[in-house]
Amino acid sequence: MPAIVPTTSASTDAPVTSHRRRSRTAYLLLIPGLGWLGIFFVIPIVTLFFTSLQAPVEGRSGVYQAAFQISNYGEAISEYWPQFVRSFTYSSIATILALIIAYPLAYFIAFKAGRWRALMLVLVVAPFFASFLLRTYAWRTILSDEGFITSSLNALHLLPDDRILNTSIAVILGLTYNFLPFMILPLYASLEKIDPRLIEAANDLYARPFTGFRKVVWPLSLPGVVAGTLLTFIPASGDFINAKLLGSPGDSMVGTAIQVNFLQFRDYPIASALSFILMAIILVVVFIYIRRAGTEDLV
Amino acid sequence: MRWLRRNIIGIIAILVLVYLFVPIAVVAVLSFNQPEGKYNTSWNEFSVAAWQNICGVPGVCSSFALSIQIGLIATAVATIFGTMIAFALVRYRFRGRDTTNLLIFLPMATPEVVLGSSLLALFLNLTFPLGFWTVTIAHIMFIISFVVVAVKARLQGMDPRLEEASRDLYASPRATFRHVTFPLVLPGILGAALLGFALSFDDFIITFFNAGTLVTFPVYIWGAAQRGIPVQVYALATLVFFVALVLVVSVQLVNARRRRRLEASVAAQ
Repeated sequence: MPAIVPTTSASTDAPVTSHRRRSRTAYLLLIPGLGWLGIFFVIPIVTLFFTSLQAPVEGRSGVYQAAFQISNYGEAISEYWPQFVRSFTYSSIATILALIIAYPLAYFIAFKAGRWRALMLVLVVAPFFASFLLRTYAWRTILSDEGFITSSLNALHLLPDDRILNTSIAVILGLTYNFLPFMILPLYASLEKIDPRLIEAANDLYARPFTGFRKVVWPLSLPGVVAGTLLTFIPASGDFINAKLLGSPGDSMVGTAIQVNFLQFRDYPIASALSFILMAIILVVVFIYIRRAGTEDLV
Repeated sequence: MRWLRRNIIGIIAILVLVYLFVPIAVVAVLSFNQPEGKYNTSWNEFSVAAWQNICGVPGVCSSFALSIQIGLIATAVATIFGTMIAFALVRYRFRGRDTTNLLIFLPMATPEVVLGSSLLALFLNLTFPLGFWTVTIAHIMFIISFVVVAVKARLQGMDPRLEEASRDLYASPRATFRHVTFPLVLPGILGAALLGFALSFDDFIITFFNAGTLVTFPVYIWGAAQRGIPVQVYALATLVFFVALVLVVSVQLVNARRRRRLEASVAAQ
């Protein structure tokens, strides 16, 4: 949906004066919201960049002054590169798992749910009504060392550390769970647009069910796959809640490092550098990904 | 076996839905628990003590009320601003459309830690005191984009012939907006507001960076996680979940019935 087609013909052939007045109305409508985003999103990002270059004031801890200390970036990377690697590894695995889990459900809602469709969609977003932190914390009970899941997997000797809780597996499972609705909804939105007759046509032409899926449904659902994977990957790579509540201290992610440096160590330049690097990496990943997938109209 | 093969997708779909609700069920069950130690993570003994005295632990209800207050203010402002942007994008031609779209998209493509920490960097450099207003400002900022997307989808899905019909019947632009456009878009706006409130009420990361010493409900839970979350928190969260679920399902049912009645009356004519 890149070009928003005007739903009325008024703007195209209206005389110039009225056109000008109409676009003035548009700007009046845009000013408050875009102004807010400008002041509280764009300016903060710029401030973040300048803060990341600040240098400490001699003899006063936690106080910094304007400088051009690019070495902050080197320091941030050399000290926290394992956190970066961990963040992107965990979030990539979680995104792939979420895609595998979400696809059958989205497919079912789009093609087979019939009159249950609306109810199932409500159920998909319903987890958002329960506290994110508490839902994550509940996994401590489900994955606990004495719990059913851990003990049955242990009986089969499938766990490397004989436990799930406080390991990276728990963090990845938590990330997969938490952002699943963000995967399901875009997948559903693009699957729902597919004409079911296309699938029937594939069947009529003797395509085996899997071939029909691979050649018809999957390619047509790609916009949803792109949107869903981004909506899962982005929040997952910045998250520090799952690592804190479900992992061990050795599972800390970039989010943890940013939070600790900002709020505990009050090392604002390093924290800002970390934050800025995270944002830059994600933006680059997003734009390459969108370009390669050929769907530039996500908004 | 054939039955299984035919229904395999349905079975997986239901399993995934169950998976989505397992942690919520755990929270609900643990709200009736009498924990053995300070951590309410494993089942010990049935008790309704927490439900009977839901505000019994200091800080639980005050942080809950604070989150509702912030949620209401942030949602109201963000819904108005976001709806205005959505109207401008769908109904008007203007220069700078691509920039506008980018500015809406970027906050959603930025992780919450970056949004939260950059805003904190701004407030620190301005030495602006952290608290109620910084959190509210932050919430408005990150909700606007979601409102724009939701309302825009509704506006684009509207049948343009309804407004054309209104104009053909000599309704003034203002009357068309009041009696046709606005009522048709209203469910989309309300849906966006509901989403916005849910996002604000449950937000932790952005809030945590800009809260200073302010304790919202999620901030309270985060702090309590280290020393044991009171059972009352489980009870409140369970209550919120069921109230919201009943609310949304009944809105759905009312909408479905209205649609059926409308279709029936069209068919009768």
